[in-house]
Amino acid sequence: MAEFLSYFRQDRLPHIWCPGCGNGTVTGALVRAIDKLGLDKNNIVIVSGIGCSSRAVGYLDFDTLHTTHGRAIAFATGVKLARPNLKVIVITGDGDSAAIGGNHLIHAARRNIGITTIIINNDTYGMTSGQASPMTPHGMLGTTAPYGNVEYNFDLCELAKAAGATYVARATTYHYVLLEELISKAIMHKGFSVVETLSQCPTYFGRKNKIGGPVETLNWIKDQTINVKAAAALPPEKREGKILIGELHNVEKPEFTQQYLEVIAKVQRTNPTYTRNKGVPGCELNSD
Amino acid sequence: MAEKAKLMQGNEACTMAAIAAGLEFFAGYPITPSTEIAEMCAEELPKVGGKFIQMEDEIGSISACIGASLTGAKAMTATSGPGFSLMQEAIGYASLCEIPVVIINVQRVGPSTGMPTSPAQGDLMQARWGTHGDHPVIALVPGNVKECYELTFRAFELSEKYRVPVIVLSDEVIGHMREKVVLPDPSAYKIPMRAMPASPAGYKPYAADPNGGVPLMAPFGMGYRWHCTGLFHDENGAPSSKPEVASTLMRRLEHKVGNRAEELADYVAENLDDCDLAVVSFGSSAMAALSAVRRARNEGHKVGMLRLKTVWPFPTKTVRGLLKSAKKIIVPEMNLGQLALEIERAAGCDRPVIRLGKVSGELFHPDEIFAAIKEAL
Repeated sequence: MAEFLSYFRQDRLPHIWCPGCGNGTVTGALVRAIDKLGLDKNNIVIVSGIGCSSRAVGYLDFDTLHTTHGRAIAFATGVKLARPNLKVIVITGDGDSAAIGGNHLIHAARRNIGITTIIINNDTYGMTSGQASPMTPHGMLGTTAPYGNVEYNFDLCELAKAAGATYVARATTYHYVLLEELISKAIMHKGFSVVETLSQCPTYFGRKNKIGGPVETLNWIKDQTINVKAAAALPPEKREGKILIGELHNVEKPEFTQQYLEVIAKVQRTNPTYTRNKGVPGCELNSD
Repeated sequence: MAEKAKLMQGNEACTMAAIAAGLEFFAGYPITPSTEIAEMCAEELPKVGGKFIQMEDEIGSISACIGASLTGAKAMTATSGPGFSLMQEAIGYASLCEIPVVIINVQRVGPSTGMPTSPAQGDLMQARWGTHGDHPVIALVPGNVKECYELTFRAFELSEKYRVPVIVLSDEVIGHMREKVVLPDPSAYKIPMRAMPASPAGYKPYAADPNGGVPLMAPFGMGYRWHCTGLFHDENGAPSSKPEVASTLMRRLEHKVGNRAEELADYVAENLDDCDLAVVSFGSSAMAALSAVRRARNEGHKVGMLRLKTVWPFPTKTVRGLLKSAKKIIVPEMNLGQLALEIERAAGCDRPVIRLGKVSGELFHPDEIFAAIKEAL
């Protein structure tokens, strides 16, 4: 345990999360994955948006960027394209990534930029006390869906896959071992990777929907899921209504920033007279 | 190197200056009348090893620029009214977190979609107060193509030096107008670069003199492992809700730019010393204004001209001093009196400030301003 504390800014603890929240489980899985992969702390930038889950970066001892609501992936895009050698990881929530930031999610997927996005999906806006999110299941309650949610939620993994993400996986805070393994694979994947983590918000979602406390909410999540490998052996009627967990999509495709570096190399080969040193004034650049 | 004359557009001059200043990263979204800047960056940046990305919207564009700047790259975006409005939240983020970034706003008539291909100067107040909360910002207004080059370069100098977003308030006429420009010898320029700490040991990302000091900025990925947050933060970068931390931070940010308003003043003055009437303008409106003022002078009237190049922070004392002889002031601008508000404040309420606003999407004709001068005399 003690060795993982070195990944935290211990002077910033204790954290702000409620007892029984799943955010700590996911944050723990992330640092253990980084530790087991043996990655250099100084070569990792962790970016987040706004919401409970996005507060994780404040506690983590890396270069960390706590941005505006919904824009974590857009900020991360700038970090990654400016310095493609950095590992860039985004921690975001379901409101942050699927509502206000949905556009950035699908476009980062489309570009296949080398960013790992961990979406902590707790079915609600926890920071603002339990409003319905784009991931609140149909019929469930939220403070802005007091008569049951009339909207339908996304299948975020299908969305990411359709948009072009080359690694897509889903885990839950109940299936911790799987979660850590999938985060590891996502970090090492070359291209845009998404790990959706179904997580519990007992304080708002669990209580509002009379599911119970942390344990009951965690079990409620577990009972809806089925591992993708197990599901493959089952007849369709037994898979009906179940949420698949595990590695759902893993393909190879050229990564965006590497392709851009190839463009630079090609352009510079055909324009040998141009000033290459970024620090040298280029007034003459367009003079012919 | 010999100086070279070149026929170029304002937008082109902005781009060339940015590259001369060491631009490494451009993120943008197409919008008239700024699009040429994105197009040129897409073509030119790879040649110097820089990066261009067309983002999915203007919010993404400025967000990506801020992310890039955090790694030490000089970053810029370009847009016009509707896109500038979308960028406001992130401009506030850059102000609070003190991330250097340059934003070229080639103004067009608004609000809303307005008239995309017609000029305006209606974003003056948005440039100052567009994001929520008190915040530092610098805005520069070029009055011709050569100044697009000079002030874009200056924008990088100020942005890097003071760690603030700097806005170049161009407009459709300045951006699209072509003029012969003699560019300065590049060796005369010193490439702007933010002050960086020497080593990670004991680094405090927001430690600075509370009276407007600028903290040292460590690039991401160099072992500093610091936290950048849009929450109010202490000198260690840790989020804080303590009243004294919030107040100290906010006042330092305000002093950082506000205390330097007169030092940052940049303007062109003509015949103000003995004038009875002063015309104050900026950007493309000032071209017509200057023509009218000179005509009035030639007819023997004591008329002077002040053209502002730095509009934010507003150099109140400097402007008051320059206008001391004027008994009346006319402010021609392509909006309904935004600069006039500042001139009224600087000049005092004991003399008339005549608002000569225009929001038809047309440029001023010198005759209109000349007629206003004659009427006021």
